[in-house]
Amino acid sequence: MRLPAWLLSDRAGLALLAVLVVLVLVVPALNLLVPSDHPLHLSAYTVTLLGKYLCYALLAISVDLVWGYMGILSLGHAAFFALGGYCFGMYLMRQIGARGVYGNPDLPDFMVFLNWHELPWYWQGFDQFWFAALMVLAVPGLLAFVFGWFAFRSRVSGVYLSIITQALTYALMLAFFRNEMGFGGNNGLTDFKEALGVPLHADGTRTVLFGLSALALAGGYLACRWLVSTRLGRVLVAIRDCEPRARFLGYRVERIKALVFTFSAMLAGVAGALYVPQVGIINPGEFAPLNSIEAVIWVAIGGRGTLVGAVVGAVLVNYAKTWLTGALPEAWLFALGGLFVAVTLLLPQGLIGWLRRREAAA
Amino acid sequence: MSELISELDAAGMHTPVEPVDASHGILLYLEEVSVTFDGFKAIDKLSLYIGDGELRCIIGPNGAGKTTMMDIITGKTKPDAGRVFFGQTVDLLKLDEPAIARIGIGRKFQKPTVIEPLTVLENLELAMSGAKRLRGLMTTRLTGAEHDRIAAVLEQVGLLEQARRRAGVLAHGQKQWLEIGMLLIQEPRLLLVDEPVAGMTPAEMERTAELLRSLAGAHSVVVVEHDMGFVRSIADWVTVLHQGRVLAEGALEDLQADPRVIEVYLGDDHAAG
Ligand SMILES: Nc1ncnc2c1ncn2[C@@H]1O[C@H](COP(=O)(O)OP(=O)(O)OP(=O)(O)O)[C@@H](O)[C@H]1O
Ligand SMILES: [Mg+2]
Repeated sequence: MRLPAWLLSDRAGLALLAVLVVLVLVVPALNLLVPSDHPLHLSAYTVTLLGKYLCYALLAISVDLVWGYMGILSLGHAAFFALGGYCFGMYLMRQIGARGVYGNPDLPDFMVFLNWHELPWYWQGFDQFWFAALMVLAVPGLLAFVFGWFAFRSRVSGVYLSIITQALTYALMLAFFRNEMGFGGNNGLTDFKEALGVPLHADGTRTVLFGLSALALAGGYLACRWLVSTRLGRVLVAIRDCEPRARFLGYRVERIKALVFTFSAMLAGVAGALYVPQVGIINPGEFAPLNSIEAVIWVAIGGRGTLVGAVVGAVLVNYAKTWLTGALPEAWLFALGGLFVAVTLLLPQGLIGWLRRREAAA
Repeated sequence: MSELISELDAAGMHTPVEPVDASHGILLYLEEVSVTFDGFKAIDKLSLYIGDGELRCIIGPNGAGKTTMMDIITGKTKPDAGRVFFGQTVDLLKLDEPAIARIGIGRKFQKPTVIEPLTVLENLELAMSGAKRLRGLMTTRLTGAEHDRIAAVLEQVGLLEQARRRAGVLAHGQKQWLEIGMLLIQEPRLLLVDEPVAGMTPAEMERTAELLRSLAGAHSVVVVEHDMGFVRSIADWVTVLHQGRVLAEGALEDLQADPRVIEVYLGDDHAAG
């Protein structure tokens, strides 16, 4: 089988895919086949941690698609991630069944606690996996579409658009904090037991979730890479660099923006949905404005408009975060801010951009 | 989702493109058009007719309203009053920018605007696909016919050798030609060209004049320009705009002898000096 030209010319992308294939083969083997007292054994904790990084990387790709290629600096993408997470969390919640603390077969614990007697209409259907999976795409997608339709049509752009996206995620955070919303208030959704009849805490399940995260990341990467290599990809660059030119060439800029923004939000939703069963909880904190800003920083550090850079940035920064929050928890925000400033000043094209330059110069 | 796609399958537009009816020999009508910006009359009861296949130059001092007039024709600015028709039947005031581009009005901006990270070829491909629906954009290949079309335009604007270079590294004049090429590939009936030779070398100016002259006939071309030498080399019919109105119209030699025209240009020089 021959690879299509758009993929063949993407060496960094092929390297990324190769790394993912190796990870998918090696990580489960080191976890399941190597005895736990062996130095090469990977603990379930580490497997889950790696799976989390891959989910963040998918979120970063979705940010890079709209920011790096279309010039829309979304500071609210974590909202789509969180919504995808909540949708899948609702499914996991329904799978608890009567095993909750209150033993109520029809209602999640927090609803029993709130003295609710029946399931709200918007929880209907979430006991079905296929329905929840559909909602993981539909809910973030719909919100992004409606938001984008209005924002782009009124030609809001630049800093104003970024501020509105921050407001969006902040508003959602406040809403989800409220108990009456029916999403578990500030505790969120947690105490998950199983998905599709499989216990979530088993080592085997963890490796499967890791594999699915790698698969989603590879799929998301390929979809975005293909998209930006088509003619539509060039239209996106035209919109980013000179929106009036694109418009006067006959492109319906608002519609294209809304469509790509929606697709990007769906990717973020998938990332969130895979994240939740691995970390075992989703709460309104995921909507925090800072989360969206962090995602943008990963992309900036890795290299905006490269897709691979988004993955590299997300993994490196989160690795640093894991390490530093263990060693010096208060220092993390300062370190992140410092890193961001240093990269913008020293490597304005990010790590990948810097590597490409060095290569071109050599 | 598929419904969403079909609703949105309109990077393109839904209005079918009707052929322009220029049977009366006039392609563009502006009648009694006025625009006010914060109380300032940028265009004041402007009436202007552009013939089918004509090459028209528009001159006028800074702030005369030349760019604003193009903004109105291309849908960027909506006038407060007046009528703007493309041929006998198309009311341009009812259309937005992409729709106007699609019915065959191409616009070159005052500042060269090509997409710098893309190659010359990709810029032309981008322009060629402007009328495509979303599905048509979801491809990475050029058909043979599209390739020929691009090659023809590259030849026409003299950029064959540069096809694979990034637009960002082109010389200033080459960028201007590329932008004109991007309009040509859309096969417009009317080309609006705002100050094409600003910043060009005399040799580049000569080539641009040749190019614009070669376009007249098959296209109507409206050129806004300050450089009188350039205007003389391309157009036999010139319109002078001043304070948002047509001050005079005629052959350049006659206009240069017209005391009203001398007055606004001298006045402008005094203001500038
Ligand atoms: N969007 C706008 N808002 C407010 N004033 C505007 C706007 N666009 C143009 N103007 C004003 O309208 C007048 C006409 O401007 P226009 O750009 O059309 O002039 P021009 O003839 O193209 O001049 P130049 O030769 O300098 O390009 C100017 O005084 C300008 O300041
Ligand atoms: Mg002007």
